Amino acid sequence: MVGVRSHVTLNVNQAPLDIEIDHRWTLLHVLRDELGLTGAKRGCDRGECGACTVLLDGKPICSCQMLAMQVGDRQVTTIESLGDSSNLNPIQQAFLDKDGGQCGFCTPGFLLSTKALLDSNANPSEWDIRNGLAGNLCRCNAYGRIIESVKEAARLIAEG
Amino acid sequence: MKPLEVINPSTVQEASQLAQSNGTPTNLIAGGTDLLDEIKEGVVRPDKLVNLVSLTEMQGINVKPSGLDIGAGTTLAELASHSDIIRDYAALAQAAESVATPQIRNVGTLGGNLCQRPRCWYYRSISFLCRKKGGTTCFAALGENKYHAILGGSDCVIVHPSDLAVALISLDASITLSSAASTRTMPVEKFFAGPDVNIMAENVLTPGEIVTSVSIPALPANSKSIYLKAKERQGMDFATSSVAVALTLAGDVVSSARVTIGGVAPIPWRATAAESVLVGKAVGNVDLKEVGEAAVHRAKALEHNGYKIRLTSGLASRAVETLLSQWR
Ligand SMILES: Cc1cc2nc3c(=O)[nH]c(=O)nc-3n(C[C@@H](O)[C@@H](O)[C@H](O)COP(=O)(O)OP(=O)(O)OC[C@H]3O[C@@H](n4cnc5c(N)ncnc54)[C@H](O)[C@@H]3O)c2cc1C
Ligand code: SF4
Repeated sequence: MVGVRSHVTLNVNQAPLDIEIDHRWTLLHVLRDELGLTGAKRGCDRGECGACTVLLDGKPICSCQMLAMQVGDRQVTTIESLGDSSNLNPIQQAFLDKDGGQCGFCTPGFLLSTKALLDSNANPSEWDIRNGLAGNLCRCNAYGRIIESVKEAARLIAEG
Repeated sequence: MKPLEVINPSTVQEASQLAQSNGTPTNLIAGGTDLLDEIKEGVVRPDKLVNLVSLTEMQGINVKPSGLDIGAGTTLAELASHSDIIRDYAALAQAAESVATPQIRNVGTLGGNLCQRPRCWYYRSISFLCRKKGGTTCFAALGENKYHAILGGSDCVIVHPSDLAVALISLDASITLSSAASTRTMPVEKFFAGPDVNIMAENVLTPGEIVTSVSIPALPANSKSIYLKAKERQGMDFATSSVAVALTLAGDVVSSARVTIGGVAPIPWRATAAESVLVGKAVGNVDLKEVGEAAVHRAKALEHNGYKIRLTSGLASRAVETLLSQWR
């Protein structure tokens, strides 16, 4: 069914993008299916699992649970902006070093929640980490190693 | 999902006019964390959504000597991290912090939290046309009712899902509703209405009316408040039961008490019997067991939710105990 469409400008990874969107589309749909940014995953599609996490003005949100029409001029940050294999961000490096990923489906969401946590709290306690990552589920149950990875990331960032 | 149109009004007045719909199925949308669930499931099928997110009139927390004014567009994360709220209105900060996950708290709003729809699984599924959706049966009454009401349910045994409402009622907050034609303010307690009033809704909002703000009076000297929430999963869950208590002491005597329980009734439930037990007692003479029993005065279990009576009773005792210990 053809829906109502509008031209909007979305700020994704620091670049303004002019795009025509159907008003029904969630931010997750636009990122994955229109912009090819497939790092954010469609897990539960209900705001429960956190696999679709992106940052909106630096704060983690579930992109499945927000209409693209509601994003406005706020800044969207996806996992694609963090770093690539030739130039890893310290958070990515820490998750590699501490084996914080298993099947990898939830990993982009965990990395972005970690980024938001460490941006606001450079030296989080174990409780801060658990609380900060409470919106991300890992079905492989790698939580112990994920928490170690976040601690390692905080250490790597502090070292500079 | 069928096609829909998102409209961005620039004033509350305009939003209200648009929301009056004139026959076109129209819903207000704030953060969308609750409404999008219902739209994806097909339980709500709007043609138009009126977006409240960009309305600056509904933003911001204003701290005054006489109390607090909070725009309905304020996010739960803002409430949970605001230093004045943490210090002076602890129950509200604790309730906001207890909601869902960081992701939801960064988007979900105060207005949306108070107006969110029930989580009854029969209501949320298109397979069941229950009374709340215009049908003739309450499937929960004789069905899976583990998370349903022990108080105040009659034709519909939902529990109201809002954490903030429970805290706000104990803090004696008032709510302001605006429509294109008028504005009215009432106690938050009076905003909610059970199935006996209107089985299709959980509050007194009329078509086109918008929650614009909530105000909390400054607590009297020597007052404290607390919110405790029981949930099955620590990380993210709705309350199986919750309790908000606000107490004022004169010397060592409880001069005022407000006790509200959540997750137990179709509306946030004022536990006046527990308040009566507390008022006039010297701190040392408060019988916590008596407070807990009074909190669930007249509660009646359905087939699968008997645990809620003891849980709520225990939670109420613990809330009062914890709060009183803060004075020592
Ligand atoms: C995984 C998950 C877990 C959750 N856990 C909890 C929990 O533990 N505790 C809890 O309290 N909630 C919980 N929620 C519900 C969560 O959606 C709300 O807490 C949130 O505050 C809703 O705000 P919103 O702005 O996103 O509302 P929306 O989804 O935008 O709106 C919700 C409803 O309110 C109406 N509405 C919104 N704003 C206004 C207004 N200003 N005036 C009139 N009507 C309005 C909308 O039309 C809609 O019907 C959870 C949700 C999810 C998805
Ligand atoms: S409790 Fe209310 S919402 Fe749930 S099935 Fe019964 S009538 Fe429907």
